[in-house]
Amino acid sequence: MASTTAVTAQAEKLRQAARRGGVAATGADRASRSGIWVAMFAITMSFMAFTSALFVREGSLDWGHLVLPSIVYWNTLALLASSGTFELARRRLELVGGGRVQSGEPGIIWLVATLALGIAFCVGQYSAWQNLRAQGIYLATNPNSSFFYVLTFIHVLHVVGGISAFLYLLSRLALRPGVLRRSFFENTAIYWHFMGVLWLYLLLLCRTRL
Amino acid sequence: MAETSAEPAHVHAPPEGFIRKHVFSLDHKVIGKQYYALALLAVFTGMILSWLMRIHLVWPNAKIPGLELLSKVGAPGGVMTPEYYLSLLTMHGTLMVFFVLTNAPFAAFGNYFLPIQIGAEDMAFPRFNMMSFWTTFAAWVVLMLAFVIPDGPPIAGWTEYTPLSAIGKDAGPGMEWGASCWGISIALFCVASLLSSLNFIATTLDLRAKGMTLMRMPLCTWAWFITSCIALLAFAVLLPACILLMLDRHAGTSFFIPAGIVASDRLQPHSGGSPLLWQHLFWFFGHPEVYIAILPSMGIVSHILINSMRKPLLSAKVVIYSMMSIGFLSYMVWGHHMFLSGMNPMSALAFSFPTLTITIPATILTLIWLGSLYGANLQINSASLFAIGFISMFVSGGVSGFFLAQPSIDIYLHATYFVVGHFHMVMGVASLFGVFAGTYFWFPKMTGRYMSEGLGKLHFWITFIGAYCIFMPFHYLGLIGNVRRYQSFVDDFMAPYIPLHKFITIAALITGGAQFIFLFNLIYSRFWGKPAPQNPWNATSLEWSIPSPPPWNNFGGRHPVVYHDPHQYGVKGGAGDFVMQDSPEVIASGD
Repeated sequence: MASTTAVTAQAEKLRQAARRGGVAATGADRASRSGIWVAMFAITMSFMAFTSALFVREGSLDWGHLVLPSIVYWNTLALLASSGTFELARRRLELVGGGRVQSGEPGIIWLVATLALGIAFCVGQYSAWQNLRAQGIYLATNPNSSFFYVLTFIHVLHVVGGISAFLYLLSRLALRPGVLRRSFFENTAIYWHFMGVLWLYLLLLCRTRL
Repeated sequence: MAETSAEPAHVHAPPEGFIRKHVFSLDHKVIGKQYYALALLAVFTGMILSWLMRIHLVWPNAKIPGLELLSKVGAPGGVMTPEYYLSLLTMHGTLMVFFVLTNAPFAAFGNYFLPIQIGAEDMAFPRFNMMSFWTTFAAWVVLMLAFVIPDGPPIAGWTEYTPLSAIGKDAGPGMEWGASCWGISIALFCVASLLSSLNFIATTLDLRAKGMTLMRMPLCTWAWFITSCIALLAFAVLLPACILLMLDRHAGTSFFIPAGIVASDRLQPHSGGSPLLWQHLFWFFGHPEVYIAILPSMGIVSHILINSMRKPLLSAKVVIYSMMSIGFLSYMVWGHHMFLSGMNPMSALAFSFPTLTITIPATILTLIWLGSLYGANLQINSASLFAIGFISMFVSGGVSGFFLAQPSIDIYLHATYFVVGHFHMVMGVASLFGVFAGTYFWFPKMTGRYMSEGLGKLHFWITFIGAYCIFMPFHYLGLIGNVRRYQSFVDDFMAPYIPLHKFITIAALITGGAQFIFLFNLIYSRFWGKPAPQNPWNATSLEWSIPSPPPWNNFGGRHPVVYHDPHQYGVKGGAGDFVMQDSPEVIASGD
């Protein structure tokens, strides 16, 4: 009985290794997975602090109303679409085995599309700020605008972190086609999807509270 | 039990060259020593600032040689101005809380010993680790810049309460660029601490050696792990608070500044902000910070006591669960720092109850230490003396916490020296005793040499007696209504107590002087101390299974396998009355 269990466990380990392109997850891989979850937890906590500040501040007499520039909704679509393109990239790159890909693979194209959509999101957010400025609404104009600028800017900073990861991935795939650390790829995916979810939350917060 | 790693793959090559080995090192041990050195620099700076404050308090017109060099405006002719007293108060608190009490017991010892104690070759993210230290260093540089800029250090205290800390130069000396130095420094410190915490958590969860289950980790590793979880949440809140503060100061926003504030005869151009919002955000960080300072020392002391008693604690599991409870409850009590803020009495009650509850796990810990010590054949050395001193300080300082946890009593005592005595003993001195204990205990591992026991014991007794002479009278002064933060005592009722303040100042000078004995011992022993064997204390945890000092990859490429918990003392082992964690010996009592 015990030996059967051991054989089954070994077979499962091998299957996992095969799915991972022949490389079993190491302690370092698991640590990087834990690391990304811990990082997302800390980021969530930071935005919870900003949210608490918003809830406290909205009780003041000078709290007004801010009409969000319409471009933020297009930006939302871009960010959500980028999550989809990244998933497409991930599945195609996995198909060729553990990240061993050559330039020109369809996965690379989807990765470039993800990068482009990520940059489009950032440019779009910048455009939203410009739109507000054109209306004479600046960071310090009123508490609503203060929170809008702060929340969106800090979120964009985090998105830029994801974009940097894409650039690293693309440079690795284009310049050094070989075994790409799979955990890095997966962690980037988790982080990027998290950026999308976080933005949906912030959009809801801005839409309903500002 | 969580899965353990059998293949702690090393993630960086052996360091080559001076810069890679000693400056921008990826080695967790070097980074640990860098944190320790920075904490040492900060603690001596902070201590000298406290000397200056104490001298000014009791001899307000004294000319202090060299003080004018520090600030011509703050100390014309070497005599400290009232405002400069507040500047030094701010810098003392900030240096001690952030750069000493967070760095030394947690970042320094944790970095050095956590990976080794779990059988890993390094931290999970060595580059983040290096970045953490150098960001902390940058934070320290920015803070110290406040001493050299014309504006001088800020006067708002280490808590930088708004609205004064948010309105800029109209708030007084040091509040223009000095306060900005503070804000930027603390924001950087938050980033560094977040990176550090992330590293500690991932390393503990995923890089443990084969057989190193969570319950087999040494108690200090547990303490560092729990502390990193607390720090992750705490600094993630302080960072946004600092960002909002900086925006109020430099971008014209009004997060913390209400309408109608007049400072320096000028109506401040702000409206609607909430000064209490800062207090909430700050203390949501600030109270867990108390446990960030004290928990690692609890772990270190437990680790050392087990070794010195040659027997396990009454229950290691209860120690772990108590530390977890303290960590959890630490997030429910921040409002007890704000009983005077005008909060609803029901809110005060809601914060008072968990504050009193947190004394339960703290008391359990104390009882376990004392109960374990009862009847133990304790080996007296510098490390064990400081470990016992820790318990003494923790209990003496902690008892006053019972009073302060109750709003009706705290309202009278909060702004007095009673609070100063309480937190200095329970958070400051107790935590530092843990650091001293850890230093004397692990020095042979870190350097291959013993520290001088004679000097160590002298250091202990002066520090122990001195700390009581300084901080116990503070409680008494608080009870008679001696207000804290004031730079002089001009009320008539204080006149009979000035001699007591003079006694405290003299005690502070002597106790501070004793720290130079420690510094001398540290430096002298590093080069000329008696050579120590690999396991001088006959200890069981993994750090004692490798050479002293450890090689760059800790276990020399070997992957240790763990068979026991680290509490196997008082047993019949091949090497004596203990069995090391990586020894495959079968112990009759089991683990």
